[in-house]
Amino acid sequence: MSDWRYRMTEHRGTLLAFGIFVLMFVLYTSNHPAGLTANVVQTASNKGVLLAFIAMAQTLVVITAGIDLSVGMIFILTNCLASWLVVGTPAETALGIVLVLLAGLACGAVNGAIVIFGRLQPIVATIATGAVFFGLALLLRPHPGGGVNEAVADALTGKLFGVVPASLVTLAAVVLVVWVPFSRSRLGRTAYAAGSSEAAAYMSGLPVRRAKFAAYTLSGLLAAIGGLFLTFFTYTGEAAHASGNAYTLFSIAAVVLGGVSLYGGRGSVIGAIFGAFAFRTIGDLLFVFDFDPLWQPLFQGVVLLAAVSIGAFALVRVRNRLEWFG
Amino acid sequence: MSDAATSGAASRLARHLPGFLRRADPAVATAFACIVLLLAVGSLYSTSFLSPDYLLQQLKVASFLGVIATGMMLVILLGQIDLSVPWVVAAGAMMACAAAAHGPLGEVLAIPFGVLCGVAIGAVNGVGVAYLRIPSMIVTLATNAVAQGLMVVYTGGFSPQDSASAAMRWLATGNLLPGVPNAVVAWALIGAATVFTLTRTTFGRAVYAIGNRERAAYLSGVDTRRVVLVAFAVAGGLSAFGGVLLAGYASKAAQAMGDAYLLPAIAAVVLGGASILGGRGSYLGTVAGVILITLLQSILSVMQMPEAGRQITYGVVIVAMLLLYGRAPASR
Repeated sequence: MSDWRYRMTEHRGTLLAFGIFVLMFVLYTSNHPAGLTANVVQTASNKGVLLAFIAMAQTLVVITAGIDLSVGMIFILTNCLASWLVVGTPAETALGIVLVLLAGLACGAVNGAIVIFGRLQPIVATIATGAVFFGLALLLRPHPGGGVNEAVADALTGKLFGVVPASLVTLAAVVLVVWVPFSRSRLGRTAYAAGSSEAAAYMSGLPVRRAKFAAYTLSGLLAAIGGLFLTFFTYTGEAAHASGNAYTLFSIAAVVLGGVSLYGGRGSVIGAIFGAFAFRTIGDLLFVFDFDPLWQPLFQGVVLLAAVSIGAFALVRVRNRLEWFG
Repeated sequence: MSDAATSGAASRLARHLPGFLRRADPAVATAFACIVLLLAVGSLYSTSFLSPDYLLQQLKVASFLGVIATGMMLVILLGQIDLSVPWVVAAGAMMACAAAAHGPLGEVLAIPFGVLCGVAIGAVNGVGVAYLRIPSMIVTLATNAVAQGLMVVYTGGFSPQDSASAAMRWLATGNLLPGVPNAVVAWALIGAATVFTLTRTTFGRAVYAIGNRERAAYLSGVDTRRVVLVAFAVAGGLSAFGGVLLAGYASKAAQAMGDAYLLPAIAAVVLGGASILGGRGSYLGTVAGVILITLLQSILSVMQMPEAGRQITYGVVIVAMLLLYGRAPASR
């Protein structure tokens, strides 16, 4: 197989996600009453970036063949924390941001420690830690409230040079600072290898445990960045249980749409980002077509169900029935 | 090495125990020990904690979770998971109440209709898992979203006005036998049927076999896909029946009424010693897990712990107990 064909197969999921997103976005803007203006793009990117961070967090764990059902709750917890800390003078704000990110890292590290060193199944372990994170969020914010440094918030959710949405630039920066070094490092390659076959990775002398731990921890960090951004958009902190659950669910949807294999070892954060954008645009399509907003949850559910069923077409090509059972 | 030493000591100890104790699963025994411990702690807080009235009331509350956890256990034994519980519970309750509003015929058909809706959603889960080979975690999350969407469209986003039928209320709050709540009787009947199915029928054997290794079960001539489909449909029906009971208890359905049942149902099954990877676990363990969780919730509310503290304690207790006896074997 020639080099470019290998790369095409390797990135097929990501390219497909990009294609779906472009298609949906064109459909969205061409039917939007205001058309393709800087404001429409800014609003769309702000909503998309929020989900994109959570989807990135989910991807890191999914690559190691795990799952994190607490990402939504880390997101909510860091939102509540940020509504206390990211206020005041520039120095205080900066310290607050650092503390919020550290809190996210800590949440991810707790998940990682329980799953890897405690040897519990990720599904059960992260559902339980999610309950703890939500409890902490409720402690911090029994009632919605708090504030945020509005200058920073407006700068990060506004437009650069009047055209480019600042949130997109931040997303790109996070990809460059967190994902690119990780995926090219020994730990990142090991995370992929462990997701593909943990036994083989271990036999090859790779630091499997450290890599998985790093993936969970960085996942917490990315969820915390999402939480920070939620605070920048809403100016408040709120311990909303339904919202946390919805983001966990949407993160999995985005990951699936983004071509990341839930069995681990395949896919990339870039795919998940486009998956998140596509999922958000699909949800918003209803608005430009003037449907009742009540139909949005059903529409998103059906899209999700259809998206996960697409993978079933591979079954047609299976020659030996035993391959059904993995 | 240390594991081998302790198990050696345990087996030497076991030889001196009576037979029924020797056969007991250590996880189930631990869960029952924790129940006794919780009762002791609770009686320190309030003397009424050990009164028959209070215990019977706890058993009634436990029966709602017990019915839902029975379905979850079936699915977990297969090595799968059902995350669609929250909105299947709500859909069962809402649809039963909606049917009850349609005249006398609706009153009669309310309970079967609610359960049937749950079976339908469960069957979608089953088709996705068994025939389309989608990971159960994903397909059940998706059907949960679809069920939520359907209910939001149906109710307009508000709690529905229809109230539960008389039969539903009688089932959840009445007493057919003096002193024994009907909900507990319903749970006992469902439990007995489950134990019979799991231990005395080929279907039950197939469930355990698939949980251990689906490929081997398939090669032994089991129609594994049909077994998985049926198990998911039954689980959906049981979740919906739990919702019907809850609606009868509160005399109406509510948005998000099932959200509080997903984590407890999984936790009850896993705390009862069932392996989340499938193939291992007993119904007795699930009963122990259900009672354990209900007592824990009750004690936390007797202590007037706020919601935040309850969530934290809850998560910490589940992780701690799993670390005690739910760990995967060391791979190296």
